[in-house]
Amino acid sequence: MTAGTLDEPIIPGADLRATRSWRSIKSAIMTGLMTAAVVVVALPLVAVVGAVFSRGSRVALHGFPAFFVAEVPLIARKPGPGMGPAILGTLLATGAATLISVPLGVMGSVYLHEYGGRNVFSRVVRFMANVMTGVPSVVMGLFIYVLWTLHFGYSAFGGGLALACLMLPVVIGASEQMLRLVPDHLREAGYAVGASKSRTILTIVLPAAIPGIVSGALLAVARAAGETAPLLFAVGSASAYNPNLFKEANTALSLQIFGNATSSFVPAQDRAWGAALTLVLLTFVLTFVARLVTARFARRR
Amino acid sequence: MNSAETTVDLQSRRGLGDRAFAWSAGAAAGLVLLILALIAGSTTRNALPVLREMGGRFFTTSRWSPAEPIFGALAFIWGTIFTSAIAIAIAVPISLGVALFMTQVAPPRLARPLVSLIDLLAGIPSVVFGLWGVLVLSQHFNLSRSFLTAGIILAIMIIPIITSLSREVIDTTPVSDKEGALAMGATRWEMITATVLPHSAGGLVGAVMLGLGRAMGETIAAALVIGSALGQLTLNPFAPGNSMPAVIANEWGEAQELHKSALIALALTLFVMTIVVNLAATAVVERTLKQSRGT
Repeated sequence: MTAGTLDEPIIPGADLRATRSWRSIKSAIMTGLMTAAVVVVALPLVAVVGAVFSRGSRVALHGFPAFFVAEVPLIARKPGPGMGPAILGTLLATGAATLISVPLGVMGSVYLHEYGGRNVFSRVVRFMANVMTGVPSVVMGLFIYVLWTLHFGYSAFGGGLALACLMLPVVIGASEQMLRLVPDHLREAGYAVGASKSRTILTIVLPAAIPGIVSGALLAVARAAGETAPLLFAVGSASAYNPNLFKEANTALSLQIFGNATSSFVPAQDRAWGAALTLVLLTFVLTFVARLVTARFARRR
Repeated sequence: MNSAETTVDLQSRRGLGDRAFAWSAGAAAGLVLLILALIAGSTTRNALPVLREMGGRFFTTSRWSPAEPIFGALAFIWGTIFTSAIAIAIAVPISLGVALFMTQVAPPRLARPLVSLIDLLAGIPSVVFGLWGVLVLSQHFNLSRSFLTAGIILAIMIIPIITSLSREVIDTTPVSDKEGALAMGATRWEMITATVLPHSAGGLVGAVMLGLGRAMGETIAAALVIGSALGQLTLNPFAPGNSMPAVIANEWGEAQELHKSALIALALTLFVMTIVVNLAATAVVERTLKQSRGT
């Protein structure tokens, strides 16, 4: 990019070409290292996804759909399906978490962006929400254990509460960003026709931001669905279907993976791989749908 | 007169519904503070029995024997710090390399799929990494369960967050700075060291600290691959060890009374450590992003 001028010696006797070539070699080496970093990142991704798909599909697709329907065998060394109750448990806990955290998170972000703006309270909340995303999931799990499970016992709902605590700051952050993208003239149009502030927000601002909020929420759901530690303390363990959200111990895909990963019995390990495949597919589908929504939104704008 | 009355009437009616909406929105936002306060309060209360029993020795000794019962958490605190340090040492150069590659080397056509790749890596549940670590990494690659294995798995898990934050920070480098360096004959690497890195230094430090916070709190993958050995106060990365979140996850099932309190005390310690790291990191990142947007 600097060819031409530097090739002709500016100062007689000084060989600028030599120094330049060392400098460009150094630059090329560093560029090579950056490229290598990308390869190094891609390796574990390919290895993990490859292992999950190759080992998981062998188990999960054997006698389809038995694996996704049958109950978890009580005896770990017994080969065979399935993960049905775990799939139900994951859906229950994640569903409850979504129903709790998304409305609250969106309301919170409405306050931060539409009402609070730059006042002290909303600045503190925004900062603490950022900090809250870094609270370890195991701490969140124990917190819900102390606050909920100790009094009401194991249930999928307790797990949902813990997941909701993890999702709340993520939803707040994502949806505030989306509200920021809504142009002010839409709000002004609302006020101009005499709508109150709350009506303007509910009928104009939120509908305009909803695709972005949905995609942000889906990403949070995808992350929550894969969480294990928060469920460990609140959900308990079960191997049969438990459709009751509020009562009795339940199970989840992530809990089954965690429990079976350290088992010395190959059938149990196989079931862990099958559960991993199911979980990865679930999170990928959620992420993919979120992408679709975002892309659609971006095109419309 | 008449119209004035109507206005007053409308305003008061509007005011009531509006205020209710504003208050409920404010309450939802305040929930963040309430939850954080409740976490601190409830874990402290439940950690008190063991802290009263053990006193300062909970933090300064490393004998952990639920049967006696004696609880010294020093080895676990060390394990958390040690594995996080290994993870940071591995993850930072790689993340920085990827972020620089995305922003300074790759054409936009290549940069976008790379972002998806990083997102994909971030989307894999930690328990799946743990499963892979236990059944593939430690069985086929002869990496037994140890501090190092845990550090490697943690590194893989924090690379996405460090990379995407670094990319965001690096992207704020003014184009004029970069073009200026290039116009003076700097090579690409010289341009990076002269403009991009000094400009982004603060934000990069923040990104690394956020990654550190994540590594410290990561539970399940560490619980599966760290080896669950007690009392390991060692600098040997190949030794099996334990970290605070791993102990909590692995021992919770069989824990009773004081043991439970000890595990909650570990969670409290972890909470305080991650909060401190995250507070600092968030402050650093926000300040740098604000500064670079301002100028």
